Amino acid sequence: MKFQRVIYLSLLTALLLGGCGIEPWVKPYERERLADPIMQSSRDALADKHHEHVYDVREAARGATGIQGGGCGCN
Amino acid sequence: MVPPVSREAAVAATRCSVRRGLGGGRLVRRWLALVVGRDRIAAWSQMTQQGAPQLPALAFLGPFYRGAARVGGLLGGVLAGANAEAVDLPGDRADVMYHSFIGGGVVANGPAVLVRKSLEDVVSLSAFNYVDSVSNASIDVVTTASPYKETRVETGVGLDYVYRDALISLTASTSREPDYVADSASIDLAQDYFGGMTTVSIGYSKGWDTVGKHNDPSFSAPANHWQYRLGATQILTPRWLVSLNTEAIADEGYLQSPYRVARVFGAAVPEVDPSTRTSRAATLRLTGSVGAQGAVHAQYRYFWDTWDIHAGTEEVGYSQYAGKRWLLDGFVRHYSQNHASFYSDNFTSEMTYMSRNRQLSTFNDLGLGAKASYSMIREPGRYEIKFNAAYEWIRFHYNDFTDIRTGQLYSFNANVVELFFSATF
Repeated sequence: MKFQRVIYLSLLTALLLGGCGIEPWVKPYERERLADPIMQSSRDALADKHHEHVYDVREAARGATGIQGGGCGCN
Repeated sequence: MVPPVSREAAVAATRCSVRRGLGGGRLVRRWLALVVGRDRIAAWSQMTQQGAPQLPALAFLGPFYRGAARVGGLLGGVLAGANAEAVDLPGDRADVMYHSFIGGGVVANGPAVLVRKSLEDVVSLSAFNYVDSVSNASIDVVTTASPYKETRVETGVGLDYVYRDALISLTASTSREPDYVADSASIDLAQDYFGGMTTVSIGYSKGWDTVGKHNDPSFSAPANHWQYRLGATQILTPRWLVSLNTEAIADEGYLQSPYRVARVFGAAVPEVDPSTRTSRAATLRLTGSVGAQGAVHAQYRYFWDTWDIHAGTEEVGYSQYAGKRWLLDGFVRHYSQNHASFYSDNFTSEMTYMSRNRQLSTFNDLGLGAKASYSMIREPGRYEIKFNAAYEWIRFHYNDFTDIRTGQLYSFNANVVELFFSATF
């Protein structure tokens, strides 16, 4: 599957880049705002799971949301 | 060369979150774990106990992270669902929720509970239970069958394990209703790279479904699902993050409904869907901190599959603290898709595959949502209890699915509500 090849290549690339000494251009002490909960894509897992289920059973698109749904496609 | 950071700078950097009551000592430890790594916190703690005058310079982080990255092949570090963000163990919390969906003749509501507890700040265990009581009189049901009621119960457990800058998550869940059983298991791995500037995550899930049929106990058909996730989050500036999540899903088995019918020259015939499907999706998300206490996000997802469905989802949202106790969110979401290659509102010839599933038709929906969180009880550093209320209005409009009762294109409005208490401790 092409997607699996992409994953393997990405992992290989990540491993190779891991040896590079790229210095962080945003220093750790500059990340206060980034650590705030409002910067998270999902703050409340249970509520987000419900919303995701609402979309999943009514729309054909799925995946790549970072939230796992579940159950049937009951309409 | 990474410049040194003083103890005051580190403490100041956590002050904002602590002031908002989002945790005290525990949050400080987690925030520091996020930005400097757990091993270095332990080293710092040891040095402090030995009388070291100040927080050691972060210069040593360079080789540390390079070393960690070299062993990144472990890809330890997982966020369930491949949510590509900085690696950290999820905080202890408990949620009790009432959820409701009302729209298109369907009423689905019920309670849900989630509990998460960490052990020794290395392992976090979680469990959830989710109940859907469904009263279904949707257009599909009222035009081809009789309205019905049923209950779906989903239960799941999870384990998160932190090793250095990596997180590994294992989850398992089962969903049961009278005519559908779905079991699934997943593993996700996440790893920080480049001094925590980049987080890479991968994940895999397998699902085993068994499709049944009311009033026909002899009917049982399997459907299997494989999900592959790959994502990355990149810090752009002290205020902006960007993430890209991708996911491929392969399905095989009984993918249609045993109840739904297609129409051929107006006559109802059982629908027949292909027994395989492969889909891919990619989501690009940009999040930025604006003003003193706000954040904005924008995201786009593109989806396509082997059933010739292409779909796009756009969403923008804004979050804002209001005082010390309120957090307000608002968002707009738009979704659109074209129909599957074997979909028709009314076929003019018999085909191998035929469906009139409106989920596979050409349609779009628009959602407007808002959420408010109120901090009821707060003891900084110990616990906090919040009440949360979320509401979304969604308008569905179908372009090639008619209401056969009226002959008009079908559309409906839906109201989605979530009311829940959340406790962090």
